[in-house]
Amino acid sequence: MPLFASLYNFAHWLTQNREEAEDLVQETYLKALKGFASFQQGTNFRAWMYRILRNTFLTSRTGLSVKMTEPLDLEENPAALPVTPDTPESVLLARADQQAVQDALERLPVHFREVILLCDMEEMSYQEIAETIGIPIGTVMSRLSRARKSMRELLETQVRGASQARGAPQK
Amino acid sequence: MTCPWSAKLDRYLDSELPDDELTEMEAHLRSCPSCAPEALSRLQLKRVTQAVGHRFSPSPEFRMKIEQSMSAPKPRPWMVRWAPAFAAAAALALMLISVGVWLQHSRSEQALDELADLHVATLASANPVDVVSTDRHTVKPWFQGKLPFSFNLPELQGSPFQLLGGRLTYFQQNPGAQLLFEVGKHRISAFIFQNRAELSRLNSGSSLSRKLAFSSETWTEGGLRYFIIGDASPSDIRGLSEFLRSAARS
Ligand SMILES: [Zn+2]
Repeated sequence: MPLFASLYNFAHWLTQNREEAEDLVQETYLKALKGFASFQQGTNFRAWMYRILRNTFLTSRTGLSVKMTEPLDLEENPAALPVTPDTPESVLLARADQQAVQDALERLPVHFREVILLCDMEEMSYQEIAETIGIPIGTVMSRLSRARKSMRELLETQVRGASQARGAPQK
Repeated sequence: MTCPWSAKLDRYLDSELPDDELTEMEAHLRSCPSCAPEALSRLQLKRVTQAVGHRFSPSPEFRMKIEQSMSAPKPRPWMVRWAPAFAAAAALALMLISVGVWLQHSRSEQALDELADLHVATLASANPVDVVSTDRHTVKPWFQGKLPFSFNLPELQGSPFQLLGGRLTYFQQNPGAQLLFEVGKHRISAFIFQNRAELSRLNSGSSLSRKLAFSSETWTEGGLRYFIIGDASPSDIRGLSEFLRSAARS
């Protein structure tokens, strides 16, 4: 079954729920089979499948509620890439463990979570991500940049909080 | 004070910098006290994210359920007749495409690949043929006026082959006829085009058709180029080819 485990994993990250993830994957395969005649050779098959899965999710009940509660991207302008200041956060992040990263990913808004997962976990190129999400490459870059910034901020808060809770020295 | 290069760090770590910028970036990283640790930290975060990301796996029960539903789709009205071919072809096509077998073929393999795709797409389509008939006397006239050439169809009575119908098709911007045949549980497409120099270079039995588990035959007869392709056995493909060849000569 092509991409089965990866699609399931991604679906679970989107829905955060096993049952919903299974429904989502099943529907994705059905739609892929039905729409296969419309698949254009030369286009990216993986991006095509992920796109079906993602669109199916966004029109599901959970997906719709997520969309409603998430602010749409306001400043998705490649010219206005946020610049990350040099802070000691890099030192803190070096200590971020898997549990902290997992928590941060779960807490990220779904638009940020998916773009990070597609890039870092699926190792998709920006072009593939653009095809999957249906946005220009410039938007992929700015969204990715903001998503990672959010993620680092979440981690920083967590790591600082944990250090303080343990009464560990900051430096 | 933020280093102006830090804006490129993500693209660098995502392997998205063009070669010239990549070289510059690598040189910069060796000397910048702010970017070097930042790059390291981001790279580490990427790695942890990747490790954490792969944490959900489908249950064996679910895998089985999907595999079964893929191999035996519930019949819908239009699928009753096409269900076996549809499921097999679509599952096969999904599998093949996912491994990207088309990536690096020679030109002739690409052409055969394209025909194989046409065949698969036809089987996966809701309306595989435009003219549905087992009667060659219905199918052949249907193409008249739609194509810049005509062709003969064989009498298949008493043979294991059955004509299912035909449709117009395009291959490398040229119109042609696609005829769909059935032998046992397998579907075979016969493509007929006006012969051109590009087409005459194509050979059957390329590595592609072997990867596809498809058999193919191709020949030129009376200024027309024939391609026979399908998942039937090579001897069935040859058998059908013989019928078409002799019809062309009659
Ligand atoms: Zn620097």
